[in-house]
This record gives sequence, structure tokens and C-alpha cells, in this order.
Amino acid sequence: MQKDEFLVNFANQFDDTDPSEITLDTVFKDLDEWCSLLSLSLIAMCDEEYGVKVTGNDIKNSSTVGQLFDLVNNKK
Amino acid sequence: MHNPFTLGGKTILVTGASSGIGKAIAIESSKMGANVIITGRNEVRLRETYSQLVGSGHDLIVADLSVKEDIDRLHKELPMIHGLVNCAGLTKVAPFPFANRNSFEEVMNVNFFAPTELTRLLVKSKKISKGASIVFISSVSGVYCSAVASSIYSSSKGAVNGLAKGVALDLAPKGIRVNSVNPGMIDTDIFTGSAITDEQLKTDMQRYPLGRYGKPEEVAYAVIYLLSDAATWVTGSNLLIDGGYTLL
Repeated sequence: MQKDEFLVNFANQFDDTDPSEITLDTVFKDLDEWCSLLSLSLIAMCDEEYGVKVTGNDIKNSSTVGQLFDLVNNKK
Repeated sequence: MHNPFTLGGKTILVTGASSGIGKAIAIESSKMGANVIITGRNEVRLRETYSQLVGSGHDLIVADLSVKEDIDRLHKELPMIHGLVNCAGLTKVAPFPFANRNSFEEVMNVNFFAPTELTRLLVKSKKISKGASIVFISSVSGVYCSAVASSIYSSSKGAVNGLAKGVALDLAPKGIRVNSVNPGMIDTDIFTGSAITDEQLKTDMQRYPLGRYGKPEEVAYAVIYLLSDAATWVTGSNLLIDGGYTLL
């Protein structure tokens, strides 16, 4: 799993956030656009793109995009 | 004592009886005097439900209703029944852009096609007696409202409601009544380990005017009413059980 590809897939779930704002260090829940529907979209993206079941609690316990990337990698 | 809600002398089939609402319906129906036949996929959990049934004359048949062979076997093994509760169901949380056909098929198979086919086969083989009652466990979702990322589940329950109406009309000449109950969120493990966090559930709970989620038994009591002779003139209805959720 490539980090760049994950970042693109991650950023794709957002509509009003510039993809350049999203890096592995981004604390994603601090983004203006962040909401519970985005959490569900990220979970669905991880399932569709990587076949990984991320739970709502996994998202809750992750802070940065990089942490989520590591989590998905570990679950693969 | 006079009790028009008794299920004494009735044989009731409950699907999805290994957990949640189905389990409560099976147990409460047995307490009301029914002979209960329970079915579900998980034998261990089904036996746990069975062990909690009150009285005698109950039966247990392990079957996965999403598998055609299991539905065929189940309907052949069954005796004449006086009540059928279609409770087996699952949910899949997915924002609409991710609600692909496979996801729809997975949920529709269990929530819609399985109860449709089981009910059809039981009616066709005349295993549902005259005067019997069929109950579909639907939802507020898809009938009165929906929820975020719930388009798949809502569609399946909307379909169940439409089905119940159509079947009610077609079976009325046979004296068979068909109704649905439409619960709001019930305390079950349907969202355990899912995309929904406990915090989100707690926030959602606060939106209920009666201040909490429902208990499985509170759905079971409504089902008992519809199964009983207290409801002999009730067909094609939706019984809303939602703690006031859809008032707002």
C-alpha cells in the first residue's frame, strides 16, 4: 500500500478541503470540513480500496492521517 | 383470567431468533403460551435462546435464510404454524457513494428476499393456517425516516413494508393477517464493532423524546399483540414503536 495513493483516497472523501492541505501529519479531525459522515466515508473507502474493516472506534482513536494509514496497513 | 393476548395453542415460527429482537420475541411468545419454533444461523446462540424459552413443545431449526437450500429445508421440516415472525435482518452502514450493488444485494438478500421467499413457500405449501398472523419486523428507517449512511438498510425496510401491504391484500381471503412493526433504535448488538461509535449512539439516543433506545422486549410485546386473537381485525398495518423519535 502506497502512502501517496492513500493520501489521494483520503483527500477524495473531502469536497471543500484542498488536497494539498492533507498530509500524513494532518490532524484530520481539526479540518473545518470534518464531520461524522466523513468518518463513515473513510471507513467505507478503507473497505472498498483496501478490503480493510476499520471501525468507528478506530477512527476515534486515530489523530493523524499517518496513524490511520498505519492502522490500515497493519490490518491488511 | 380473561386474556385476549394469549398465544396458547399457537405454533409460532420466529426467524433471526439467535439474538436481539428475534430472541426477545421468541422468549416473550413462549411466556404467553406459544409453542415456539426458532431459527437462525448460529447454532450456539440459537441454543442459548432455546434454553430461555418457557414451557414445553418448542423446537429449534438451524438455517441460513440467505441460502436457498436452507429455506427449502426449513419450510419442509415445519409443522402447520399459526404465526410467522420475520425478524432476521442485518444492516450495512455506507455513505451513498459507497453503497454499491454488492452491498445492496447482501442486505436485500437477508432483509427482503429471504423473508419474502420463506413466507411465499409457507403459504404455498399451506403450512400457515387459516386465521394465522404474519409479522414483518421492519423499521422506522426507510418508512418514516432514514439516517446518515443508511440508504441500503432503509431501502430494504421500505421494500419490506411494501411487501407486507401487498401480501396482506393477497392473503386476506385466506384469513391470514399480515402486518409490520416499525421500531426505532433498539438496544441490540447490531452496531457492535461497526462504523458507528458508542459516542455516536449516545448522541443519537438523546434525540429520542422518551430519552432512551427501546428494549427488545418492547418490540416483542407489539408482535405478541399482532400474533394474538386480540388483533383479528388488524391487517396491513404498520405499528410504530419508536419512543417518539419520528415526532420531531
